[in-house]
Amino acid sequence: MVQTEAQQSGSLMRAASPLPGARKALEVRNLRVGFPTEEGMVQAVGGIDLEIERGRTLALVGESGCGKSVTGRALMALQPKHAEVSGEIWLTPGRQEAQLDRRLRASSENGSFNLLQFKPGGKEMRHVRGGLISMIFQEPMTALSPLHTIGDQIMENILLHRTKNRKEARSIALEMMERVGIGNAQRRLDQYPHEFSGGMRQRAMIAMALSCQPALLIADEPTTALDVTIQAQVLELMKQLQHELGMAILFITHDLGVVAETADEVAVMYLGRIVERAPVRELFRNPKHPYTKGLMRSIPRIGGVGGRLASIEGTVPLPLNRPPMCGFYERCSERIEGVCNRQDVPESDAGPGHKVRCFLYSEPEKKGDNPHE
Amino acid sequence: MIRYIAKRTLVMIPVSLAVSMIVFFIIQLPPGDFISGYAAKMSASGEVMDAQALAKLRENYGLDRPWYTQYFSWIWGILTSGDFGYSLSYNRPVSEIIGQYMGITVIISLATMIFTYVVAIPIGILSAVKKYSFFDYFATGVGFLGMATPNFLFAIILMFLSFQWWGDPMLGLFSPEFADAPWTAAKWMDLLKHMIIPVIVIGTSNTCELIRVMRGQMLDEMSKPHIVTARAKGLPEWKILLKYSMRAAVNPVISTIGWSLTTIFTGSTITAIVLNLPTQGPIMHRALLSQDMYLAGSWLLLMAIFTLIGTLLSDILLAWLDPRIRLDRKEA
Repeated sequence: MVQTEAQQSGSLMRAASPLPGARKALEVRNLRVGFPTEEGMVQAVGGIDLEIERGRTLALVGESGCGKSVTGRALMALQPKHAEVSGEIWLTPGRQEAQLDRRLRASSENGSFNLLQFKPGGKEMRHVRGGLISMIFQEPMTALSPLHTIGDQIMENILLHRTKNRKEARSIALEMMERVGIGNAQRRLDQYPHEFSGGMRQRAMIAMALSCQPALLIADEPTTALDVTIQAQVLELMKQLQHELGMAILFITHDLGVVAETADEVAVMYLGRIVERAPVRELFRNPKHPYTKGLMRSIPRIGGVGGRLASIEGTVPLPLNRPPMCGFYERCSERIEGVCNRQDVPESDAGPGHKVRCFLYSEPEKKGDNPHE
Repeated sequence: MIRYIAKRTLVMIPVSLAVSMIVFFIIQLPPGDFISGYAAKMSASGEVMDAQALAKLRENYGLDRPWYTQYFSWIWGILTSGDFGYSLSYNRPVSEIIGQYMGITVIISLATMIFTYVVAIPIGILSAVKKYSFFDYFATGVGFLGMATPNFLFAIILMFLSFQWWGDPMLGLFSPEFADAPWTAAKWMDLLKHMIIPVIVIGTSNTCELIRVMRGQMLDEMSKPHIVTARAKGLPEWKILLKYSMRAAVNPVISTIGWSLTTIFTGSTITAIVLNLPTQGPIMHRALLSQDMYLAGSWLLLMAIFTLIGTLLSDILLAWLDPRIRLDRKEA
């Protein structure tokens, strides 16, 4: 069932899957992440679908608190213990079955696994973390342990997933360091994070994340803490390594400039839902959702007419006990009273590979119908 | 690193000298001296000493000279011949008295420290890992109780309980039959048995405090972003705990080992008096009361030197544990 859906949506995307019937590197179906609180469930992620092909980059864009980081963490089962996660997360490593861990092989379906069937801290999930999916974080300053050498921290990953031999692990780490452009790698391996600059630390983080050649790299605002020139270098490096290693990248960011530079496809997230998704050029040329349009207007442009930069009024509401309605309703300038605040908004087609969740582009359901589809 | 240690050790010399001077100055500040206290005691027992006899005594002991002259002859004796002066109340050289009590004092202090760390660190870590569990609340409750109970009261309670259950309040450090016996296995056992109450009494408040510190440190370390990085690598939780959280959380605790030794030394006086322990606490107490200045001064000086050595040890340990400090020092 899910398979056919994937194929249908796949035909809309650019490249075809390598094997007929094979899934994309990552396919997420109706992912929900909720945090129970005393007042009720805070639905940080309210049922989202995502897919990324091998060797491609999907940018997940949205402002702070929209649930994009929570989504990234949930893919690796790194959400806080009390969070409630449901849906399906299908990962297709795209490598020989024999290379996979025995436990993972046992639960594979045509080379794909639903990661949500695994216990978050369990053995299977730990094989996935670092081995099949890696993550790099926003703050390279704090994401590395200050008490252990860079080499030790990179080798740890390799020793967990690739080899038990320390010497071999060291030579892989060395190779990775050179690959991410850290000069004098032999000596740098034995240095501590505080001896690295911010950009170098982020390169080391990338070396660590890619040392086991993951099928998916989740980059959670990897350039936000870096200054602009370093930012460009790191982005360029990620692109180049993606080209060499062929992994899929989920790029979580709030920076549309970075999106334009890195992404193949973009998903715009608002209040725990994906409100619009499209190939990157299509989205920038032809934004449909009022929220996306607002985001586009808030980018400064060279040669633009003078005046204040546009901003979106109001703030993101708390996703607590929200009735089925459009999440952007309160801040939307084009809202339709009595429609947008009455029912859940379905996703509709807005062009090739372009989907939008807005009643401006789809007929609202008649009263009396089930608003939940 | 060796250069750093050598530099620090050299700096300790002038600091110790300055401390010794301050110590000596303060001790002789109260009006009167050992002789006047001695005369008062004599007259209380009916023996009257005339002013001439007192002046003669003062001259004999050099107490008639100004304090700085006394200080210099005292410090000169220490530096040249290791002579810490003469204890007037014991009528013996100070070094002899120190030698007699130092061994037991150090044994009890070390045992207390080991007790403190062995009990507090695991409980603190477990409290943090099982935050808000029954165990955590229980440890917190006991911890606050332990911090709030005065040591002398705690000592009396334990003595009473020991007497109730075993018919022996465990006063002192040796049973009477072993007091003058040579060191045999049985005597060691007797000492260990008698050390239980003092170690618990002296160590409890420190232990309870350390549990709180350790718990806080652990919670802090466990929420650091690099813990998420470790988790994202696929490390099992117990290994993250051992390699990252605990490793970082014990740093501040270990780096204060040096000071805590002195705290135990000086903090156990009342306990030692209540429990009748043959340690330096009661000796120091009596020396101060009777203005036995050389004895008191020598103890305080030793204490100050212990503190200096302890601080140096702490700094070395911290440099060894934390690369950021280590590399900083390398350049210094």
